[in-house]
Amino acid sequence: MEPTYKKPETLIDTPTHYCPGCGHGIVHRLIAEIIDELDIKEKTIGLAPVGCAVLAYNYLDIDMCEAAHGRPPAVATGIKRVHPDNVVFSYQGDGDLAAIGTAEIIHTANRGENITVIFVNNAVYGMTNGQMAPTTLLNQRTLTTPQGRDPIADGYPLRMCEILSIIDGSRFIARTSITSPKNINKAKEMIKKGFQTQIEKRGFSLIEVLSTCPVYWHMTPCESMKYIDDQMTKTFPLGIFKDWEIDN
Amino acid sequence: MSTNKDQKFLLTGNEASAEAAILAGCRYYYGYPITPQNEIMTHMSIRMPQVGGTFIQVESELAAIYMVYGSAAAGGRTMTSSSSPGISLKQEGISYLAGSELPCVIINMQRGGPGLGDISPAQSDYFQAVKGGGHGDYHTIVLAPSSVQEAADLVFDAFDLADCYTNPVMILGDAQLGQMMEPVIFDKKQKTDLSAKTWALTGARGRKRNIVKSFYPVKGELEVFNTKLQKKYREVEAEEVRYEEIDTQNADIVIVAYGTSARICREVLRDAKKKNLKIGMIRPITLWPFPSVIIGRVAERVQSMLTVEMSAGQMIEDVRLSVNGKCPVHFYGRTGGGIPSPKEILNKIIELSTIKEKVTCATS
Repeated sequence: MEPTYKKPETLIDTPTHYCPGCGHGIVHRLIAEIIDELDIKEKTIGLAPVGCAVLAYNYLDIDMCEAAHGRPPAVATGIKRVHPDNVVFSYQGDGDLAAIGTAEIIHTANRGENITVIFVNNAVYGMTNGQMAPTTLLNQRTLTTPQGRDPIADGYPLRMCEILSIIDGSRFIARTSITSPKNINKAKEMIKKGFQTQIEKRGFSLIEVLSTCPVYWHMTPCESMKYIDDQMTKTFPLGIFKDWEIDN
Repeated sequence: MSTNKDQKFLLTGNEASAEAAILAGCRYYYGYPITPQNEIMTHMSIRMPQVGGTFIQVESELAAIYMVYGSAAAGGRTMTSSSSPGISLKQEGISYLAGSELPCVIINMQRGGPGLGDISPAQSDYFQAVKGGGHGDYHTIVLAPSSVQEAADLVFDAFDLADCYTNPVMILGDAQLGQMMEPVIFDKKQKTDLSAKTWALTGARGRKRNIVKSFYPVKGELEVFNTKLQKKYREVEAEEVRYEEIDTQNADIVIVAYGTSARICREVLRDAKKKNLKIGMIRPITLWPFPSVIIGRVAERVQSMLTVEMSAGQMIEDVRLSVNGKCPVHFYGRTGGGIPSPKEILNKIIELSTIKEKVTCATS
């Protein structure tokens, strides 16, 4: 009997190091499914970030490279310029992409670099015990905003899709979430479109995925999913912010 | 420009370095403007499109070194260049390159520091270049040219060395070397016996996947890796030391100087000869690995050594370690963009000869 739901070939069968209820596992699986479906396993090169997902190469069976905190878009650029016909994607968290790597992501988008960025936004620094991220919501309590994020002292959550969509060099910018089968399917559709944007050599694509960090949100996995739907999406509305297909 | 082997060009050190990189097969250059090395970037912006290579004027030195990291990981010959403050910014990336064992070339045309300093020639990044520079137990191979021709030759060799040892190689020049013009011939040949880059990221077609990384979270793994790195460094020390030795055989005092300082000291040697002073020189060409053995050997037969640097005294520490107490090691240096004149250095040598006489009197 043919199984209808099986492990993607690109996903490695190994115990996970991610915490219970963490969204990284879902996003990893989506990427693996897409690589299988597009039949690009032998031409894809992935960038693992600094943060919880540094070990992404333990799960994705493709050529992979580490990059220092904030620098995946620069490293991806260096790789893509050597292998313009390969598929190059970076996988980045919110601290990586929206704090220390702000310059790199903006200029990589502005060069129209033909790469795909998967931006996993869980509004907190997970690896280092839950400090405030650039995308931490107002009033959200973190290790370094014990009274909640105060805009006077801590600034406001940065909306990267909105920023990147006004840059002329970007081609496909979308924000998704993983809170329900419907949203997961939507996220997969968007990430796939990002890869296709690159394969068709149309230029820079970024898909933001609103994801969970139950441990440092101090919530159960179910509460975390609800928190994304009820709270995060108010600050970070889901949708497509730029699409070459529509703009054309 | 088209280069054939016998043709002589009049070029700045910056231009010659850039052209040598192109001829060595460098096809990926990433840079951020900073004086006094801008001619490297300018040359690359013209030449890279001509040879089908990549030139990117990057948003920062940080991003530039990580583009180098990416192209190196992908198997390309790649380079960046900058000057002192910009090289400080690149140090994080250089540590990652060393930790991931990636080959690349980094040119530092040094200027005065600390801080924004000035744009005059200096040799005050010696410590940073030869002791690692960024975090962790690592070395970059450091080559120090003292003429435009040598800059071209060493840049050429740097790519082979980088590939041979899968390690970053730094060219340590300075504002003077970068901006002065001299005749140069490009007649170097690339090594042909280098092993294929089977570790490079190309997409895992027909082979097991490759991972380029410097993260070893499992206890003990990093020590194993670092021990392997150190073994490689010992091999570099055994195989790659380069230096020039001038008139050390019967010398009373031997100068140790590199790059622009060594160039000035050549004139000092000529002037000293006229005054019947017996002076020799050891000019380190590789600053790491440092020519310790020859310096230690020469130290046994001279009255003293004089280290001349355009810094407050950095290489002198390695000279003293090499001499290991066998003779006194003196220092003459200028800092903050000051360039020592041959006369100043000669006066120092005359002063040292006098000290020697006094010592002789006291003991006799």
